[in-house]
Amino acid sequence: MRRSMLFLPGNTPNMIIHGDSLGADAIILDLEDAVAPDEKDAARILVRNALQYQDFGRCETIVRINGLDTSEWQLDLQTLCPLQPDFIMPPKVGSAEDILKIDHYLSQLETQLHLPPNAVGLIALLETALGIENAFAIASASSRVKALFLGGEDLTADLHCQRTAKGEEIRYARSRLVCAARAAGIDAYDTPFTDVNDDEGIWEDAQFARSLGFTGKAAISPRHVKAINQVFSPSEKEIAYAYEIMEVIQAAKEQGRGAVSLRGKMIDAPIVERAKQTIAMAQALQEIGGSNYV
Amino acid sequence: MSKVVASLQEAIRLCGLKDGMSISFHHHLRNGDYVLNMVMDEVSKLGIGELTINASSLFDVHLPLITHIQNRTVTKLCTDYVSAGIGRWISQGILQEPVEFRTHGGRPSDMLLGRTPVDIAFLAVPTSDTMGNCTGKVGKSACGSLGYAFPDAMCAKKVVVITDNLVDYPLQNWSIPETYVDYVVPVEAIGNPAGIVSGTTQITRDPVGLVMADLAAQVIRYSGLLKDGFSFQTGAGGASLAAAKFLKEIMVKEKIQGSFGLGGITGYLVEMLQAGCFQTLLDVQCFDLKAVESLRTNPRHQEISSIHYASPTAKSAVVDNLDVVILGATEIDVDFNVNVHTDSSGYLMGGSGGHSDTAAGAKLAMVIAPIVRARMPIVTDHVMCVSTPGRDIDVLVTEKGIAINPAQKQLKQRLSDAGLPVMDIAQLKQMAEKVTGIPRKVPRGDRVVANVIYRDGSLLDRVYNIP
Repeated sequence: MRRSMLFLPGNTPNMIIHGDSLGADAIILDLEDAVAPDEKDAARILVRNALQYQDFGRCETIVRINGLDTSEWQLDLQTLCPLQPDFIMPPKVGSAEDILKIDHYLSQLETQLHLPPNAVGLIALLETALGIENAFAIASASSRVKALFLGGEDLTADLHCQRTAKGEEIRYARSRLVCAARAAGIDAYDTPFTDVNDDEGIWEDAQFARSLGFTGKAAISPRHVKAINQVFSPSEKEIAYAYEIMEVIQAAKEQGRGAVSLRGKMIDAPIVERAKQTIAMAQALQEIGGSNYV
Repeated sequence: MSKVVASLQEAIRLCGLKDGMSISFHHHLRNGDYVLNMVMDEVSKLGIGELTINASSLFDVHLPLITHIQNRTVTKLCTDYVSAGIGRWISQGILQEPVEFRTHGGRPSDMLLGRTPVDIAFLAVPTSDTMGNCTGKVGKSACGSLGYAFPDAMCAKKVVVITDNLVDYPLQNWSIPETYVDYVVPVEAIGNPAGIVSGTTQITRDPVGLVMADLAAQVIRYSGLLKDGFSFQTGAGGASLAAAKFLKEIMVKEKIQGSFGLGGITGYLVEMLQAGCFQTLLDVQCFDLKAVESLRTNPRHQEISSIHYASPTAKSAVVDNLDVVILGATEIDVDFNVNVHTDSSGYLMGGSGGHSDTAAGAKLAMVIAPIVRARMPIVTDHVMCVSTPGRDIDVLVTEKGIAINPAQKQLKQRLSDAGLPVMDIAQLKQMAEKVTGIPRKVPRGDRVVANVIYRDGSLLDRVYNIP
């Protein structure tokens, strides 16, 4: 279950030490934009040590490495892959070739480190017009790619438009990315809501992202995590409905009936699939203490 | 008739202040107070010495007091709280006799019982009439409630009111009546408004503080106490205020109508009153301008004395009807004993205030603290100083999870059932020590510099000098 992914700058020990306490399902330890060029090495060492010595509990760890157009990304992977973070997040992925380039390098590293092939998973950050247009090719370029993640800030700069709270300017990119990810059978994550003082806006933005089909959403502020978790958690009503569907399906199966309806609505395969997803998520939530503390 | 005298020195002379007497002050002007220093300067000029000062709290604005101690004008202190600057001097052993620390409820109780007789009370008041009817609600130095000044007015043999807003007799809507007052001294300023109350008290923006506050609100929600008639006290610290904000959201959403909010009152509790979360606010002290304004204008916001607030020997006190209190701690041990007197180096930097009064009275006393503060684990094997006994603390809320006092089995079950992250307090200690290591014991001297007197008058603990 990965509803929320919280960015933490890789050079802030006081934030990283609390990484697992901020409510996010995953933290993104950032070596890229949040870190000044002259602090890249310090951040890399700090993130390495945090992964080595700190217990992040149920919170997943993702490392955003430096871009493929820099001299840092290979050093990032050399330093951090031995610690096996849950995912590596390459930024500004523009094409399938970018993925293949990382894939090739990771395969070499895995051999050197005696890790199983494809041990290192990728969440590809798409934040250029080219990346969005190549979304499906990126998503299906390698089995390492487990999710696509939209970066709205860089994208709007590339699109030559203003980033707004309402987000009309990235509506196409959002839909295109979700569609590509789902077509490739992987997850899709929405861009962070960047106004940390807008406590209402985050709810609307997260609800809109969920309505488009995103799996979850990134956050740049811990204050946004709770809203994201709640929006991307199934409601009690949704959970109850999912169980009802599964009961009706089971009953129909026992009675040998093919066509099934619930309160006048046909229950077909996609609805059953969604119900299964909802129940799986509800069970995962139960394991971490229910939805009261999310 | 008028009780106005021309100068503070004349009032001191008329009261008959002599060597060895006890004089008292309240702390409603907090770190903006001019009056304690003003009085002590006059006393010093008169050459009077060996005095006991009984002050409900001492702030660093009162650091000139150190000179009066060095000159033996003052030889004994009784107080409920000291700021770090004065605390450091005490910890270094500046006084031969140990400081007596009481609680905000124990202080008035001991005054009324005659255990701590006061010869002269000097009351800084933002507005007084010529006969001594006075209030904190209006005036250029308005501080709101004068709750801690009531026992001083009632018990001292002589009472001097000092004001920077002298008005015609009779003042309407007074707090302390003329019946207790001997003399009224007008001065140019009793304090610096910037230090008396803050403009606004802000909730924390610290993400860890917000996580703790959210968890604290959930603990209250699932404690079984959050229902119509609910009563609540919280401090003015950032995380405590954030917990109040989250609690308000729950109460508004679930249409819960509480009974009262208590204590040091902030704008956040005022907002809860206005939102219908409480029927009334019972106010012993205002922390910000919004609270002062509310006390002045809203009849449902009621001033109370420290006796009414927390005295264990009053026929009844509000703390005994309190459902939930949120408290702080500099340390808490595995037996839930809490230290709010000393810092991690053993220096005095606080005091109980209403900590142990509310912990004793409330049905649910909750401490909020991060598992590591600065470089030290918050949970220890033994606190350096027991300010509030562990039997009165029910829950510790940290960013990593919550620990329930083993005596509260039902509460533990409720919170576990609600899916909250319940842990053993020793587990929280281990988590912190994994990051910080096990700290070495702080070296201390063998001289007692302070006695911590519990609200019932018994000796709870001793604080030793730092060599």
